[in-house]
Amino acid sequence: MKLKQTPLVAGMLVLTLMLSACAGNAAPTTTETSAAGETAAAPSTEVIAGGLGGASTAASGAATGASPASSPAGGAAQTSAAATTSAAATTAASASPAGAGGAAQTSPAAAASGSAAAIAPADAGEFLRTIRDRGTLICGVNPGLAGFSSVEASGGYVGFDVDFCRAVAAAVFGDPSKVEFRPLEAAARFPALQTREIDVLIRNTTWTLTRDTANGGDFGPVNFYDGQGMMVRQEENISRLEDMGGAQICVQSGTTTELNLADVFRALNVEFTPVVFDTNDATLAAYAEGRCDGYTTDRSGLAAQRLGLPNPDEHVILDVTMSKEPLAPMVLQGDPQWRDIVSWVVYGLITAEEQEITQANVDTFQNSEDPTIRRMLGIEGELGAGLGLDNDFMVDVLKAVGNYGEIYNRHLGPETPLDIPRGQNALYTDGGLLYAPPFR
Amino acid sequence: MASRGFSAENHQPVPFYRNVKILAVLLQIAFVLIVALVFWTLYSNMVAGLRRANIPLGFGFLNLTAGFAISETSIPYGPQNTYARAFIVGVINTLRIAVLGIILATMLGVLVGIGRLSSNWLLRTIAGTYVAIFRNTPLLVQLLFWYVAVILKLPRVRDAVGIEGVILASNRGLVVAWPRATETYGAWVHWLVAAVVAGVAVFVARRLQLARRDRPGAALPYALLAALLLMLIGGVVVAMTTGNSPLRIDQPTLGGFSFRGGATLTPEFFALLLGLVVYTAAFIAEIVRGSIQAVSKGQREAAQALGLSPLQTLRLVIFPQALRIMIPPMTNQYLNLTKNSSLGIAVGFADLFSVSYTILNQSGATVQVILLVMVSYLSVSLLTSFLMNIYNSRMRLVER
Repeated sequence: MKLKQTPLVAGMLVLTLMLSACAGNAAPTTTETSAAGETAAAPSTEVIAGGLGGASTAASGAATGASPASSPAGGAAQTSAAATTSAAATTAASASPAGAGGAAQTSPAAAASGSAAAIAPADAGEFLRTIRDRGTLICGVNPGLAGFSSVEASGGYVGFDVDFCRAVAAAVFGDPSKVEFRPLEAAARFPALQTREIDVLIRNTTWTLTRDTANGGDFGPVNFYDGQGMMVRQEENISRLEDMGGAQICVQSGTTTELNLADVFRALNVEFTPVVFDTNDATLAAYAEGRCDGYTTDRSGLAAQRLGLPNPDEHVILDVTMSKEPLAPMVLQGDPQWRDIVSWVVYGLITAEEQEITQANVDTFQNSEDPTIRRMLGIEGELGAGLGLDNDFMVDVLKAVGNYGEIYNRHLGPETPLDIPRGQNALYTDGGLLYAPPFR
Repeated sequence: MASRGFSAENHQPVPFYRNVKILAVLLQIAFVLIVALVFWTLYSNMVAGLRRANIPLGFGFLNLTAGFAISETSIPYGPQNTYARAFIVGVINTLRIAVLGIILATMLGVLVGIGRLSSNWLLRTIAGTYVAIFRNTPLLVQLLFWYVAVILKLPRVRDAVGIEGVILASNRGLVVAWPRATETYGAWVHWLVAAVVAGVAVFVARRLQLARRDRPGAALPYALLAALLLMLIGGVVVAMTTGNSPLRIDQPTLGGFSFRGGATLTPEFFALLLGLVVYTAAFIAEIVRGSIQAVSKGQREAAQALGLSPLQTLRLVIFPQALRIMIPPMTNQYLNLTKNSSLGIAVGFADLFSVSYTILNQSGATVQVILLVMVSYLSVSLLTSFLMNIYNSRMRLVER
């Protein structure tokens, strides 16, 4: 009887040992976190989210006083996250962005208590340090929108938004090639930003209040003024939205477009049925196959996508603008310095066009007498240092991509198949809306 | 002296830290505590983070105006309605696809499963090929195939194929003529109620009669026949007395951009239904085949010895026994089908997940919406398994 039970007892003891070993690792962590309360608890989940988002390297650079405590905690927590269900992981991931955004608002307190968060930018400059440590800028872009961001035959990304990513990389590293592109669908872009999978989102994203607040973002200056349009078949003889009663309209989910569509048709009191897909390709394909009578997105997107249809001439873009769509680069809330860098790179590109500084002639301005130009190019003053960059960062930017007008003409201008008129995207001096604050 | 070693005073009680029984309990308590702590830490982090970001962790957002339209709604819904109503629309759409999908997949699966065991070479090979193809390719790929390569390639709406005014197929969906209620429908409702009552009465009476005679027989067909007859008589009577039929056939006509009238099966719903049914039926077929083969060979031989035909053998002897074996794995497939319906987002079907994804994106209430989605799927799954468990315990062999 006793002999028979021995294996059982032995097995149990082994189990005990294993469990206590696990507990030995986990117990200090949990006691520590629970004892220290919320402030100490923050690092552990944030490391989990960092692991998920792929930005876990930040911990070492950012950790100060909490560093010895937070690294084992992070390790243990990560193991437990792997063991828990994917549901829990999802919750953790979706919880983190909020944490990230929140840390910003309480940043003085957080900085004072010395707790360093791996995901939330705890203080100004944390983003820049992380990016420099990593050696590349990670930029969220559209997976495929001709003219703005698309993959060329050689496999590289090319487009209007892509050039803004390169400009920011050039400002940070002096090298426009130190940028990694993350193609993101509309609905995936904010979670990617919130979990710090990307450093900056330059993906024809409309600046709205909700995105500025509830989505935890901060917007740079508008780099493209757009408006929502509608594409229909020529043969339908539609000239106004009012002609579209009872129409079925293809639209991508998770966009402002989807909401505007409902708003505008509601205001016009016109019945319609939306056909909603989660990717741009699926939406356009359904329209191309005749599943829908209309296809709606930003007018710039319509111009680009019409060319991708089998017979572009069979489709017309209605002469209506359904909404304001100011497209702007978006960063995570909480690091004012990083937002300033992104903003001033865009302003710099606009100012350069204003001052007629181009990719080709930027070096000739080294002897310029104009104080504005001298300050912007870092020949005098310390404007770049104020952003945590080299003073001549705009020289690198302009050498890499040229000024705003050059970027525009390269991807959207008259030489390209898209040929989108400058319109509102001209300099204010030419009757457009582009107006940059002074470099001073 | 001689009693040294095993004397009473030497036999001390085992200390608790060496008592296996107590240790086992302690360990389990410790394990539960650790798990609870991990979850508590995750939760409190989430709550603290959300609070710091000024994002309320409440469900108040559900009462806000949704602002987006949904393509397929079984209940009245518009952009001016709330997120809560949009969510319910999604839940209903998921239930529609799940219920219809489960019924059709079971029917197709059973047929294919039996076909795989057929003595007819052609039938056996077709069934085998079907299972091989649809069980071994990803569901998402199949869904996109049905939607993009089959349904969207149907003729444009102006060139719809079918019988004019009765049934028409185009890449805007399948439109069929559908009965709609007219003003005299109210009078007919009394007859409908009477028909249901009569049906139930006939069913009960027939069952009692069968039980008294202690003979096998069916009751349902009689009940259905009685109810149907009464409904028909009622319809005729109402039409005769008021001069207006309670139902009118609504024929689809081409007007504006699409068909007007009739009932429409949207391409998205159809693609998802087709994909789920065809995919799940392949698995069900294998379950059916395995369960039939698991029934002892002696049963079949005994049935043959009694002079039952092959069909009777299958229907009366083999299948009822196989049913017991197949219920638990079948439940799994039903749950899979329900959960797989969330892939509807890929073909533009406004199911629970698709609608919630939009709500999540437009409201910013990520955590709450994901929780709601999880709870919804969990409830549907638990309800399905609960019903199947009841059925299972009723079908189980009663052992004496």
